[in-house]
Amino acid sequence: MIALDNVSKHFTSKRGTHHVLSDVSLTIDEGQFVCLLGPSGCGKSTLLNLIAGLDTPDQGTLAIDGKPIAGPGPDRSVMFQDSALFPWLSVRRNVDFGLELAGFRDKDERASRVETFLKKVQLWRFRDAYVHELSGGMKQRVALARALAPDPRVLLMDEPFAALDAQTRDVLHVELTEIWRATRKTVVFVTHNVREAVRLGDRVVLMATRPGRVKLDEPIALARPRTNEGDVAHYVGRIMKELRTEVEKVMREEIDDAWQPAPGAVPGSSSSGVGGGI
Amino acid sequence: MRRLLVGYALSLVGGIGLGLALARSQTLRDSIGTIVTGLQALPSICWLPMALLWFGLSETAILFVVIAGSLLAITVATEAGVRNVPPLYTRAARTMGARGATLYLRVILPAALPAILSGMRLGWTFAWRSLMAGELLFVSGGLGQLLATGRELGDMSRVMAVMVAIVTLGLITEVLFFQRVEARVRDLWGTDRS
Repeated sequence: MIALDNVSKHFTSKRGTHHVLSDVSLTIDEGQFVCLLGPSGCGKSTLLNLIAGLDTPDQGTLAIDGKPIAGPGPDRSVMFQDSALFPWLSVRRNVDFGLELAGFRDKDERASRVETFLKKVQLWRFRDAYVHELSGGMKQRVALARALAPDPRVLLMDEPFAALDAQTRDVLHVELTEIWRATRKTVVFVTHNVREAVRLGDRVVLMATRPGRVKLDEPIALARPRTNEGDVAHYVGRIMKELRTEVEKVMREEIDDAWQPAPGAVPGSSSSGVGGGI
Repeated sequence: MRRLLVGYALSLVGGIGLGLALARSQTLRDSIGTIVTGLQALPSICWLPMALLWFGLSETAILFVVIAGSLLAITVATEAGVRNVPPLYTRAARTMGARGATLYLRVILPAALPAILSGMRLGWTFAWRSLMAGELLFVSGGLGQLLATGRELGDMSRVMAVMVAIVTLGLITEVLFFQRVEARVRDLWGTDRS
């Protein structure tokens, strides 16, 4: 169980102090798939970094099973938007390196785990390829294998599929769902894509912006596997409506206070642009 | 040749070490960063008078000049290389549990390798030049001295032969070592095909 209690975080830049997170409290149960959703700048990635231990909060506490988070650790694997695979290692060595860092000493055990997880993401055939030889989707598969192989308690994903084309993303959604159902890891998945969130999550946490806080916490009670039609669209529509005001707020801050949405420019229904293409 | 190899090896160790330290510590950059940049502008043969004073007419003096020639080129390249390592690699490695020496040896150094390699190449040629200049000015055997003897005897064929030998040696190391290693790195990084 991950518990966040009144977490606040600010960054200071040349343009002044920026409150990224303000009094965020959140409890994530073991085995839950939680999607953190919000417009850019709402602090959802910051929140993920805090859970990963890459950053420390100004105020508040973060704990896993009652133990405070003191830094990064192999019990929490992180996947980034960019695969962050190391170009000087082959696919197989990349996954193996993650295992080695996580403290797996036995070489044979490592080798068999590498094989298991590369097969799970269907890239065993490319085990000796180097990173630049892979497509974007393949890189993220390897990154997923690298994240899962040390058997972490928690999988933290920071917009892992955002840079992929729609078809590849669709396939990876199905596969991620399958892997999650088989392993029952706790997953925290950051995205700005409403459909992706509804399709994947047990629960969608919508964050408001400036300062970042939890605006809506919605359980998604739908059977899996989910498609994009029917009930998913129903949830998407409801969450979209809430997101709309936040997007408007961001636009006003980034462009001009007097900014007004043109009719249909900000998504209000599930049939419009943001979150499309899944 | 032995002087060159020993001097270069010492420069490699010192240069990469110093470069890492500079990349890591802001305080160090503020305090000796300027000195490093400034000294880099000084041709290493200018160290010879000092070296002769400190070490006398000995091997060590020549070695010192060789090191003075190549160390800083490697230092500067290493520092730049390490500071240009994408922060994402470091972050990813930290989330996987890498810390301290492991992080540096297994992630940051390999990631900075292309930059360090070009520094090594530069350092190698600087080491050569320093060695030749040192041997020319200060009689202690070696190709440089052969060159000086040739000049004194007016023996131009000897001078030419030594020059050809130097060029050949340079070409051999370049082709046999640096080009191979660089080709391998480009291959891994995928920078050959764009």
